[in-house]
Amino acid sequence: MKTLHEIIRNRELLYMVTWREIRIRYKQSVMGLLWAVLMPIIITGAGVMVRVVASKVSGHPITAADIGGIGVKALPWAFFVSALRFGTASLTSNSSLVTKIKFPRLVFPLSSVLTSLFDMAIAIPVLLVLLPFTGVKASLAMLWVPVLLAVLVVFTVGLCILFSAANLFFRDIKYLVEVVLTFAIFFTPVLYDAALAGKWRWVLMLNPIASLLDGLDSSVFRAHGPDIIWFGYSALVATLLFWAGIAFFRRLEPRFAESV
Amino acid sequence: MSEYSLRLNHVFKRFRRGERHDSLRDLIPSLVKRAVRRDSERALDAQEFWVLNDISFDLRKGETLGIIGHNGAGKSTMLKHLSGIMEPTRGSIEVNGRLSALIEVGAGFHPDLTGRENVFLNGVILGMSRAEVKRKFDEIVDFAGIEEFIDTPVKRYSSGMFARLGFSVAAHLEPDILVIDEVLSVGDFAFQRKGLEKMRSIAKSGATVIFVSHNLQAVAEFCQRGILLEKGRVIADGPTDQVVRRYLDTAAGHHERQAGGPVRILGASISGVDGQSGRFAAGQRARVSVQIEAAAPTEKVAVVLDVFNTEFYEVFNTSSERLGHPPLSLAAGDRANCEFDLELNLGPGTYYLGLYLYRYDVEREYDHVFPATSFVVTTDRDTRGAANLYPKVARFDTVRVNLARAVGV
Repeated sequence: MKTLHEIIRNRELLYMVTWREIRIRYKQSVMGLLWAVLMPIIITGAGVMVRVVASKVSGHPITAADIGGIGVKALPWAFFVSALRFGTASLTSNSSLVTKIKFPRLVFPLSSVLTSLFDMAIAIPVLLVLLPFTGVKASLAMLWVPVLLAVLVVFTVGLCILFSAANLFFRDIKYLVEVVLTFAIFFTPVLYDAALAGKWRWVLMLNPIASLLDGLDSSVFRAHGPDIIWFGYSALVATLLFWAGIAFFRRLEPRFAESV
Repeated sequence: MSEYSLRLNHVFKRFRRGERHDSLRDLIPSLVKRAVRRDSERALDAQEFWVLNDISFDLRKGETLGIIGHNGAGKSTMLKHLSGIMEPTRGSIEVNGRLSALIEVGAGFHPDLTGRENVFLNGVILGMSRAEVKRKFDEIVDFAGIEEFIDTPVKRYSSGMFARLGFSVAAHLEPDILVIDEVLSVGDFAFQRKGLEKMRSIAKSGATVIFVSHNLQAVAEFCQRGILLEKGRVIADGPTDQVVRRYLDTAAGHHERQAGGPVRILGASISGVDGQSGRFAAGQRARVSVQIEAAAPTEKVAVVLDVFNTEFYEVFNTSSERLGHPPLSLAAGDRANCEFDLELNLGPGTYYLGLYLYRYDVEREYDHVFPATSFVVTTDRDTRGAANLYPKVARFDTVRVNLARAVGV
């Protein structure tokens, strides 16, 4: 609670640091904001290729809803990957500020998440324009979308806070995160559906992001909400991680300046 | 409302020599050790030392404090504790009011952003609200004197411009307590003056100022109170000139000299007519006293006196012999005193005194002490350079030529 209060009190700081991140990322780049759209497009493209091959093998024809489903999952996945990547390095890459000026260091991982959220916010309208072509119909289940995204953000924030502090003491963390993120797309149902795994589906669903992505897909294209048990599991993990991350960060914060 | 603005209570800080445990293998045993015993109560192990060792002092509202000490005395660690960047291993620091620390100018500056963007960013990072920065923006830019470059990325700035803008943002914070590191050593001379002026006006407005510097002259001019740190301890705390004096004495103890000469300088001091030492107003009379002792019979000893400024430029040199006093011949065990009267017609600054024992006819140096002592000269006029010519502006006005009369109409 104290932490939330502190964040609210320092919202201008959080805003400015996030603004700086966005500004730096898009300054002196020719493509500018297109970058925010590019990553999800590449992921979707890869997914379509995988699907085409799979449909050739299995004989099931590929549908527009399949492709749309990949797009809907690619966007939050791209957000998660970029937030975690920047978030983990956020304290070490700002070491001059960490050692020279006193202010709440929590703003660094938080601003990484906000910056990636900004990228996603730019890409969302593009997706919204394209979605009607996949034959999607409006349904009440779509109200799940913001809920699912909120849980994803809480989960991402928790991980970023935890890893940013850990990475300050052990630089191995950053490389570990890079490696895991590179292969995570294989064991996270982004390009394929978790149902594909049959009776082993539960193994995939242990990954808290899996049920969230699955839920997004089903609430947009199949007009029913997420698997409520697995969603509850993800929400629980996200909340626990969030508080654990903050407690861990708080505990180590006094030692940041001398350890960075 | 209590009167103090800062209170340090038995502050200890433990540091490690060499690398910390940066791999998981070393972490586990240390975590276990920490779980068993509270870290703050633990005694030092072989790799550790106290970088701050039982430091306590109170600072009243509006006081100006200078912290001095040799390299490695714990000044920067102290600063980081005062500003809250580091936390003490043991003890407490109570801060009463809004504290701003200026440890490195432009620490939050990003090279790709423009001056304008960086002012806003840095201002907010240092603790201002955006509205506050907006209100003071013109003043900040004006003070830094870089109006025409404000929309240029700061990576194109000269280091002086960078430093000026950084200092300017921090100087406009209006804190209750201002902690300043060596920041004034950046920028050109004129800006240093301006910066010191600004600090003075901040202090005058009732803020408490803590100033850490190697520039003894700036400390002596600016601060009422001084604290001398050595090996993490406060070894002197009092009026600045006394503390500066103490610092200079310990500095004099750090010189190198060869041993084994037949005659040695035992000690040297400089004092004024009012009995003050270490700090003089320009033009004041001062007396340098030197005590020497002969270990073996020595002939024709003269005392040479040298004055250097902080750039180790020799400002002045004379000797007992060149001033017309015959050299002394000493028997083993003899002691002698030599005193010089000087008029300190020097520009503001810190000066070092070097002393030699010399035999002119055979050109032999018996002993050499540098710095034997040092002193600070202050002046009420803004002059630069080693000499003091006691200037004043006699006249400076416009001469109006009557054109009509000049052409003879």
